[in-house]
Amino acid sequence: MSIMKRISLIFRSKANKALDRAEDPRETLDYSYQKQIELLSKVRRGVADVATSRKRVELQAAQLQQQSDKLTAQAQQALSVGREDLAREALTRKSGLTGQLEGLKEQQAQLQGEEEKLTLASQRLQAKVEAFRTRKETIKATYTAAEAQTRINEAFSGISEEMGDVGMAVQRAEDKTAQMQARAGAIDELISSGALDDASQVSGGDDIARELAAMSSQSDVEAELAALKAGTTNQGALESGNVTPSAEETAPTHEEGTA
Amino acid sequence: MIVRILEEGQFEVADEELAALNRLDDEVEAAVESGDRAAFARSMAALLDAVRSTGTPLAAEALQDSDLILPPADATLEEVRDLLSDEGLIPG
Repeated sequence: MSIMKRISLIFRSKANKALDRAEDPRETLDYSYQKQIELLSKVRRGVADVATSRKRVELQAAQLQQQSDKLTAQAQQALSVGREDLAREALTRKSGLTGQLEGLKEQQAQLQGEEEKLTLASQRLQAKVEAFRTRKETIKATYTAAEAQTRINEAFSGISEEMGDVGMAVQRAEDKTAQMQARAGAIDELISSGALDDASQVSGGDDIARELAAMSSQSDVEAELAALKAGTTNQGALESGNVTPSAEETAPTHEEGTA
Repeated sequence: MIVRILEEGQFEVADEELAALNRLDDEVEAAVESGDRAAFARSMAALLDAVRSTGTPLAAEALQDSDLILPPADATLEEVRDLLSDEGLIPG
C-alpha cells in the first residue's frame, strides 16, 4: 500500500482509539479539548525552548567571532614587528575557530527554521482549537448523546489529526534541539576551560600576546633609543616604532555564555 | 480530496491529480524499501512539490481529516520508516 495511505491510516486508528475511551461521546469532547489546551501550551513551550537554544548558539558564535577577530589583530601585530612565526601561529588557531564558527552558524539557521515551523504549527493548532471549542459547545447544547456521535466524530477526527501532527513536530524539534544542546554544552566547556581563550588572553598564559607585548616594549625601547640617538630633530621615529599592546587585549568576557 | 503534509498543513487537491500523486508515491515507497537515499530525497521532494503546486491550502480553522498524509519535508528515510510502523513517530 502507498506511503500516503499507510500514514493516514495510522493517524486515523490513533484518533479512533482516543474516541472509544469515553462512555458518553460528549465527554470525549471535553476530554479532547483539555488535551488540545495541553498540547497548545506544550507547543508554545517548544517554541520558547528552541528560541533559547538559538540565542545560546548566537551568543557562542559572537564569542568565537570575537576570539577570531582578536587573533587576526594579533597576527597583524606580529607581522608588523617582523614575527612571521607568531603570526602563523595566531592564524593557525584562528582557522581552528573558523570551523567551529561555521558549525554554529549552521546550527543557528537550523534552530531558526525549527522555531518558525513550530510557531506556525502553534498558530494552526490555536485556530483549530478555537473552531473545535465553538463546535463542541454547539454539539453539547443541541444534540442528545446518540445524535451527537456523528458530529463528534467529524470534529474529532480533524482535530486529532492536527494534534498528532503537532505532537510529532514538537517531539522532533525537541530531539533536534537536544542534539544541538549537547554540542553547545561542549563548546561552552571549551570556552570556560580556556582552550579557545588561550590565544587572546594577555595575562595567564597567552604565549602569543606575551611575546608580542615583550616585542613591542622591546621595540618601544629601540625606538626611544633611536630617537634619543638622533636627538630632538627626528620625532617621527617614536611613532613608527610604537607598537604597544592595545586596550582591546583585555580579558575576554565569557560570563554571558551561561545565560 | 484533502492531503496533509506533516508539519506544513493541509491542502485541497483535485481528485484528478490522484493518479499523478500515486505515481510519485510509488517512487517514494520503492526508495524507502530499497534504502536508496538519493532516490528518496528526489522522489519525496517531487511528491511534496506536486501537492503544494496543484493544491490550495486549507484554512487553519478547518476541522477536516485528511484523505492522505505525507511525511514532513525534512524527514529522513529512517524517519519515514518509523512513521510507517505503528509505534513510530506519532505520539498518543
